[in-house]
Amino acid sequence: MSNERLKSLRSKDLVGIAPLEPGEIQLILDTAEELLDIARRPIKKVPTLRGRTVVNLFMEPSTRTRFSFEVAEKRLSADTLNFSASGSSVSKGETLIDTARNLMAMAPDFIVMRHPNSGAPHRLASMVEASIINAGDGINEHPTQALLDAFTMRRHLGRLEGLAVTIAGDIRHSRVARSNAYLLGKMGATVRFAAPASLMPLHAETLGVEVHHRLESALEGADVVMMLRIQRERQGNMNFPSLREYFDFFGLTPERLELAKPEALVMHPGPINRGVEIDSAVADGSRSVILDQVTNGVAIRMAILYLLSGGHGEPTPAS
Amino acid sequence: MATKQNNSGLVQILDRAAMKRTIDRMAAEIVERDGGDVVLVGIHTRGVPLAERLARVIEASAGQKVRSGRLDITLYRDDVGPWRPAHEQPLLKETFLPDSIDGEVLYLVDDVLFTGRTVRAALDTLMDYGRPRAVRLAVLVDRGHRELPVAADVVGRKVPTSRDEDIRVRFAEIDGVDGVWIGRETADVE
Amino acid sequence: MSRLLLRNGRVVDPSQSLDQGLDLLLEDGHVAALGERLDAAPNTPEMDVSGLVVTPGLIDIHVHLREPGFEYKETIETGCRAAVAGGFTAVCAMPNTRPVNDDPSVTRFIRERAAAVGLCHVYPIAALSKGERGEELAEIGEMVREGAVAVSDDGRPVMNAQLMRRALEYAQSFGVRIAAHEEDVDLADGGSMHESEVSTRIGLKGIPSAAEEVMVARDILLAELTGGRLHLCHMSTRGSLDLVRMARRRGIDVTCEVTPHHFMLSDEELAASNYDTNWKMNPPLRSRDDVEAVLQGIYDGTVDAIVTDHAPHHADEKALDFADAPFGVAGLETAVSLALDRLVHGRVIGLGQLVRLMSTRPAEIFNLPGGTLKEGAPADLTLLDLRKRITVDPETFQSKSRNTPFAGIQLRGAPVATIVAGRVVWQAS
Ligand SMILES: [Zn+2]
Repeated sequence: MSNERLKSLRSKDLVGIAPLEPGEIQLILDTAEELLDIARRPIKKVPTLRGRTVVNLFMEPSTRTRFSFEVAEKRLSADTLNFSASGSSVSKGETLIDTARNLMAMAPDFIVMRHPNSGAPHRLASMVEASIINAGDGINEHPTQALLDAFTMRRHLGRLEGLAVTIAGDIRHSRVARSNAYLLGKMGATVRFAAPASLMPLHAETLGVEVHHRLESALEGADVVMMLRIQRERQGNMNFPSLREYFDFFGLTPERLELAKPEALVMHPGPINRGVEIDSAVADGSRSVILDQVTNGVAIRMAILYLLSGGHGEPTPAS
Repeated sequence: MATKQNNSGLVQILDRAAMKRTIDRMAAEIVERDGGDVVLVGIHTRGVPLAERLARVIEASAGQKVRSGRLDITLYRDDVGPWRPAHEQPLLKETFLPDSIDGEVLYLVDDVLFTGRTVRAALDTLMDYGRPRAVRLAVLVDRGHRELPVAADVVGRKVPTSRDEDIRVRFAEIDGVDGVWIGRETADVE
Repeated sequence: MSRLLLRNGRVVDPSQSLDQGLDLLLEDGHVAALGERLDAAPNTPEMDVSGLVVTPGLIDIHVHLREPGFEYKETIETGCRAAVAGGFTAVCAMPNTRPVNDDPSVTRFIRERAAAVGLCHVYPIAALSKGERGEELAEIGEMVREGAVAVSDDGRPVMNAQLMRRALEYAQSFGVRIAAHEEDVDLADGGSMHESEVSTRIGLKGIPSAAEEVMVARDILLAELTGGRLHLCHMSTRGSLDLVRMARRRGIDVTCEVTPHHFMLSDEELAASNYDTNWKMNPPLRSRDDVEAVLQGIYDGTVDAIVTDHAPHHADEKALDFADAPFGVAGLETAVSLALDRLVHGRVIGLGQLVRLMSTRPAEIFNLPGGTLKEGAPADLTLLDLRKRITVDPETFQSKSRNTPFAGIQLRGAPVATIVAGRVVWQAS
């Protein structure tokens, strides 16, 4: 099956990048390429998913990702229902099976799920007939973010294979870093994680990445520099001493960016902490493709909805 | 049985030369009707080479550049989604149209006109891109059996068929050979 | 006078270095005689146990019976039914109930409830600190007077080293051991599985081996300092077992236990479960290397006891997602088969050594009656069929709970009858 182009995804769900084959990733990116065009038309809507229902189940706050999914759903003419339960009594203590039963009463075709705990979409996928799309689970995966990141890289640099991609920030708690490591590894890029060891997962090499404890060494000759949001409030005070010191040693400044290739892209999944992980001059600079990432996110999410929108035959189990 | 019986049961009704003559005539009809200032939009897959060939013929006769485009109707098809087997969505293909189609006379071009459903989807697709002055339909083969109220303005050849017969149009650009065949293609036996 | 004569069993009793075909006469709740072709008084009921193994009653010194307070998970009655169905004649009940067993009235309640149920012996373990809050010592002496056999805050580690030191000192006056659940909660940091390549791969927060090992090291040093008697609960890492060996070499009075799930399963199997919460337990399933180390410890005698850490939970709790679901495995009804299959048939240890780990040593560690079939010992016995093949089916559990990662696996060897005080309290159907 090496050269043969895949024509469909194998699972009814998209729970992560880990279970995907390179051919499936390719298919999603190629499909997104054609869908990007819809945003440039006078009428930014196609009737493909008319009469189909998407539940956006967000058990953790998120404006950007939910917004992006909603735009994608509406452009495909799906009916959308938003179910946000972050922090309320609903999310705590309600079992996944109860959640699943409640949702299935609305007969959705898709459930887009954001959950604070790793593995929740994987469990839900085995309980319901609807297609589950993981919009971020705990510290595990954020597959649509990694796909839109790869899509952005491919559009700007023409390829993924052979790229050197530096990902810096709170890697330990980052599902974005993990999904990117899986995806880029499968597509033949080299990923470098850069963070102090206190922000690095144990045995990070397991993910097939290079591990750097200083930003400078990780930046040398990089094609892409992806900065992750630093959330000190989330971490207590033990992982690093101060935001000032963090920026001093790990912030992406114009000087440090010089270490990367001249045409290197600067990416960030947002929201940006200016002056914490990235200097404003870099975030707004000519190499920044941060706003492209937002646009591309819609096309990627449309592609996934389209590719998973086949009929309800025998549901294949999520792997 | 291990023998492959390709194309058995198919009868050729247009060869390369006849196909060229037919396309030339279609081009002449288009020019006669609307002049050379038209946009030819081929519907994927085999409408695309047909539109390009028509454009070249018109360019040669009218002496002016003819704009052409490609249309993917997949997102507008009425058999995409729950009517399809699970997780087997058709691949999306490129749609390419001139910057604006507003006010243009636009020909939708396809190889075969059958149920009319493709044309319905193509019209819906086009309307989301703009508001042409007129949309016309040009097809190489009209085989009948309409399921929607659709008629072609320019027809290369009318071919009466029974419903379960196949019409195979082949273009060198895609299939390596030009021609039209009719009949029941025996399934490959392996 | 109540009597029972067991004919032709293979009697395995490491306390007397015994493994041979013998008859066994039970009289008034005690072992009356052991020998070949015993004569008994007329009308003595006889049981033909040829082909079966007769062992001193198995004792599980680490069980959560959940009553009082969590009767929806388990009660003393259902827990005892599960225990005897699993071949156990005695269990030690951990104090993390509601209220906590930190008061003699709770200790007495547990003993009275167990006596009313009348299936197996239940020995309460007293809380080390009031409310298991880790702040001040509970009334250990009073609880020992009511029948507590050990002291523990199990379920919660004693984070305050000074409190642990005082407990090791104070408990010496009452002759009871401190059973320590070793986990540094700061290092554990809310993790839900072993921290390793696997946790990094599947994206669950990890609990490092060091969270257990630093506490094992601390408490061994405190036992050395105080001369106190320490029992280390559910050892799960190579490092912990190495520390126990070091303690032994230094002559420190330390005993330790391991569970079947820690010698059967690793984090790799957890990863294959698609975030199934039945695989969530504390200590977590460790690496394959740690599983090897646990087996090594069982083989070389570093490990003193095999316990279940029976931790029943309601299906609704285990239906939560992985991070929110509670830790624990219902172990009473699978432990003996797991041990026979993996350890005995798997040729890690002999049957005598297994009985030592599941009966003789547990009795010695907490100074309990039983653990032997010497004349005059309590008539607590377990009958095993080494050849019986079973498939683990949680639906058949006597326990109220079904949380086990072993559902559907096939095992060789199983208990077939449990005799407590000379009375057959359970027999396989
Ligand atoms: Zn414990």
